[in-house]
Amino acid sequence: MSAVTAPVRAPMGPMLVRQTSAEFLKLWRVPAFSATSLLLPIVFYAFIGIGQANETLPGTHVKFGAYFLASMAVYSVANVMIFSFGISVATERGMKTDLLMRATPLPPLVYLLSRCITAIVFAALTLAVLFPFAYIAGGVRLEAEQWFTLAYRVLLGSVPFIALGFAIGYLSGPNSAVAVINLIYLPTAFASGLFFPKQLLPEIIQNISPYLPLYRFGQLGWDAVGAPTSESVTTDWLYLAGYGIAFFAIAIWAYRREESRKFS
Amino acid sequence: MAPAAQLVDATKKYGSVEALKGVSFEIELGDVVAMLGPNGAGKTTAISLLLGLRKPTSGKALLFGLEPTNLLARSRVGVMLQESGVPGMLKVSEIVDLFRSYYPVPLPRDRAIAMAGLEEKAGSLVKELSGGQRQRLYFALAVCGNPDVLFLDEPTVGMDVEGRRSFIERIAEFAKLGRTVVLTTHYLEEADQLAKRVIVIDRGLVIADAPPAEIKSKVAGKRVRFNAPTLDQKDLEGLPVSAVTSRDHGVQLLTNQPEAVLRELFRRGVDISELEVSGADLEDAFIALTTHPAKATQ
Repeated sequence: MSAVTAPVRAPMGPMLVRQTSAEFLKLWRVPAFSATSLLLPIVFYAFIGIGQANETLPGTHVKFGAYFLASMAVYSVANVMIFSFGISVATERGMKTDLLMRATPLPPLVYLLSRCITAIVFAALTLAVLFPFAYIAGGVRLEAEQWFTLAYRVLLGSVPFIALGFAIGYLSGPNSAVAVINLIYLPTAFASGLFFPKQLLPEIIQNISPYLPLYRFGQLGWDAVGAPTSESVTTDWLYLAGYGIAFFAIAIWAYRREESRKFS
Repeated sequence: MAPAAQLVDATKKYGSVEALKGVSFEIELGDVVAMLGPNGAGKTTAISLLLGLRKPTSGKALLFGLEPTNLLARSRVGVMLQESGVPGMLKVSEIVDLFRSYYPVPLPRDRAIAMAGLEEKAGSLVKELSGGQRQRLYFALAVCGNPDVLFLDEPTVGMDVEGRRSFIERIAEFAKLGRTVVLTTHYLEEADQLAKRVIVIDRGLVIADAPPAEIKSKVAGKRVRFNAPTLDQKDLEGLPVSAVTSRDHGVQLLTNQPEAVLRELFRRGVDISELEVSGADLEDAFIALTTHPAKATQ
């Protein structure tokens, strides 16, 4: 047979580039995802942040505009992580795309990596929209170092939420994923003080919020813009790391469960 | 050299259901093989084992002598699965390029798209394709990696007659390049047009493995239906028919010689109305053959 090729594999680099651009286009072309994740944070910022942007937080010289920018940065990046993974994983399971992909020589690691890169690029894009908006419309002025610290902390701190998105994607159906995520995400965002400072929340919720991953994530952001937080940044990172490990464990469990049902 | 694909005494249980009960066959490079059998016979399970999508409960499945999950083996295989969707928000050309990037020596993009007859839809989003176009896209994705072996699980399911005919031609063109093709189907005519070898699977077992002509000769090719209120069992005695069923006054039977059977029935004075003769698909025939093996006459 002249047509028989030598046993070789395709190079992973170009594969990763193609896969990542495909994953990106898939999300970009769904306005329900791309428009809401890019524009919703600035809409919230316009409604809640701008009116009182120049008021200082009680007992500090930090402006509310900067404080709320940190809140929205955390909100929007975690939102991208959970939604992009949760919905795309659930949808592909629903369409059985995962079955076809499994029969191709695409290494699972490349698949996973392309997803992570896409989510991080999307998250960076939301920041690229939110930061200038807060600067221009909210008059937020930070040191260069503070902008940078805020950006890298919210990108790095979002890793546990990637795992959470994965877990939800494997545990919920293609049609219920959005509802499940909204039911979990929006209330916890409120309870973590991302929309209104924690002090304004009912006392019972104030007692819960320190244990919420989004609250810890929020603290990293608030600290980056100089707002006071309840514990040290190290404590917040440790909390997030703990949640990250727990979410990854759940995601792996959910993945394996799926594996043994569909592919054993 | 190791065979392109191989099952060695493979069994597969889903819970208490035994989908494969010890199946062995070897498919050499260049073979064009059709796996035939009724729904639920175990064809898809056999393909799933060969693709590493399922693990055999016992026995072995091998691709090029390797585990089917080995990426070296998978790099030489193209796949078209039943009912597996692809993302709707990518363009045809984009998803073909994506799948090409998985393979070491892919076909040029335009060639893969042309082989599937999708030139005019190359710039369209996948979600805009019709059912038949989608099926052709899956074919493009299966061949775009320039695979040595092509697995097609029920590739023409849901297509109309014309769609099936042209699709079979596309598969035949690919096979002409000297490639190995393994397809499952329950249409005898497809197997007949394409395959040099037919593996018949029924209830988890290989019941025949031979060239199509040989298989066909074992199967009654026409289904005859008519109404005959006065027919009794003795009117059919000695006739080359099988799988006779009757309900109310309607009678259905399978035969390779419909003309001879009908001539004899008229001669015997059976009162026949609403006569209908059609090609039995293999599924009917196999169900008949396997449920009434003693009555199968030739």
